[in-house]
Amino acid sequence: MEQTPKLTVADVEYVANLARLSLTDEEKQSLTEELARILAYIEKLNQLDTAEIPPTSHVLSLSNVLREDKVAPSLRREVALENAPQAEAELFKVPKIIE
Amino acid sequence: MNYEPVIGLEIHAELLTVSKNFCACSANFGQEPNTSVCPVCLGLPGVLPVLNKKAVEYSLRTAVSLDCRIPSRSIFARKNYFYPDMPKDYQISQYEQPLAVCGHLKIMVGGRERDIAIERVHLEEDTGKLFHEIPGSSDSASWIDFNRAGIPLLEIVTEPELRSGKEAKLFMAKLRQILTYIGVCDGNMEEGSLRCDANVSLRRVGEQTLGTKTEVKNVNSFRFLQRALEYEIDRQRKVLEEGGRVVQETRLWDAAAGVTQPMRSKEEAHDYRYFPEPDLVPLVVEESWAAGIKAALPELPDQKRERFVERYQLPDYDAGILTSTRELADYFESCLQFYPQAKTVSNWILGELLRELKGSAAGVGACPVPPQNLAGLLRLIANGVISGKIGKAVFQEMYERGLSAETIIQKRGLTQITDTADLTIIVDRVIADNPEPAAAYRAGSERTFGFLVGQVMKASRGRANPKLTNQILRERLKQK
Repeated sequence: MEQTPKLTVADVEYVANLARLSLTDEEKQSLTEELARILAYIEKLNQLDTAEIPPTSHVLSLSNVLREDKVAPSLRREVALENAPQAEAELFKVPKIIE
Repeated sequence: MNYEPVIGLEIHAELLTVSKNFCACSANFGQEPNTSVCPVCLGLPGVLPVLNKKAVEYSLRTAVSLDCRIPSRSIFARKNYFYPDMPKDYQISQYEQPLAVCGHLKIMVGGRERDIAIERVHLEEDTGKLFHEIPGSSDSASWIDFNRAGIPLLEIVTEPELRSGKEAKLFMAKLRQILTYIGVCDGNMEEGSLRCDANVSLRRVGEQTLGTKTEVKNVNSFRFLQRALEYEIDRQRKVLEEGGRVVQETRLWDAAAGVTQPMRSKEEAHDYRYFPEPDLVPLVVEESWAAGIKAALPELPDQKRERFVERYQLPDYDAGILTSTRELADYFESCLQFYPQAKTVSNWILGELLRELKGSAAGVGACPVPPQNLAGLLRLIANGVISGKIGKAVFQEMYERGLSAETIIQKRGLTQITDTADLTIIVDRVIADNPEPAAAYRAGSERTFGFLVGQVMKASRGRANPKLTNQILRERLKQK
């Protein structure tokens, strides 16, 4: 039996804000519906009994992929700053983040 | 109403690896801005972080030093937030299944031992450095140097078991001592390689539930940690006593004004949406790995202190100071190789050496008096070549000029006068110059004897051998 999880426009607005997305009212409406459908689909997993299954933190069955503590050359600064939207005085420049 | 402060610390320690935590950029402090960056630590698309083995070993070393339980498996997580100090818009950290849990650290508070529980120790990465103004620009903007982004950072979280600013300070000092002893962090709070945030709240004495807390940030010394907490405890107490409520917020310590102030930022409820880092596979620490780290651990401060007391028969006070840093303890033990009188060496280190070292950040490792030179000086005093008093002056010159005691003594003719004939000449002159005290001594005044000894010392510029002076002076006074 499928049950649609409760999802509100406020939930969408909260998630959009966390992801720094600005949405129109129309988009909020349609996304609320779409997300609700997606969540409902995912809900199907709850039909399985997972009580005895440890949480998967990684899909590969590897562990301890480590590197030795050695330095290799870094990028040249001009190259590092090349794609920055703004750079100044050898630094990345961004909109002010304190008032 | 009596309130009890409840304090928990979150400590961040930059690990002393040569490269960053997930890429091979240099982790050195003080490089030109944005010259130690690469696609991985700049968060460019399509890159894969690979964990630094040394950073894991240093983390484990810390964990065993703090008596932690090390679970066999730990995982990394993404801590998501939008703040330009991290170019990826997340920080690789650990959330569920951290590297180590349930540790503890003993501190001495006013002669009483307190065992402070440590909740967790986990490995993460440092962030970039932000500037909110730069010379030559009046723009309203922020600027970033990403050299620091990705340097391995160890987070150590205590249980809320500290009860005063002083306890918090003592805890930090002890932790710093351990981190520097085991060589995982340089412990420099001013430069920010060791940082501390404090969560503080008040509750009525006897109550179990915690009050509303504030988080105090921006404390970059032990002294400021204590002062910031004392201020904040006082502030919260006043709020509560006036019937108000403490607001949960982050407050910055303003060292110049001596107050904490709410952090000016668009405060939002934090929602980091932690999830397992898909780019990093789990870390498995077999018991044998942890045991190997433990076996290779250097002697910790408390063990060293106890050993110094037992082996060298030193007072606990001396042992405590001598073991305050590993460098100083090593210096002390090197001296003993050349001059095995522990208490004498300790006295000179605690008195003369530490007085000269004060204010010198270089510390004892870069000290201009190497152990063999201090030992050489002490041998000269023990052999009666110079007096202890002159020794102190010689030490000062050794420190200033980096010379050996022998060189200074020869150059300045400071050798002790131990020749009976030479000393008799001085003694006779002193008696002749001081007829009244001499007469008083002969009339039975023992006190004037001390005065006459002083005069001989003065006349010989401190070079007269004290024992011989006493002997000759008594003889000569008897004769006349």
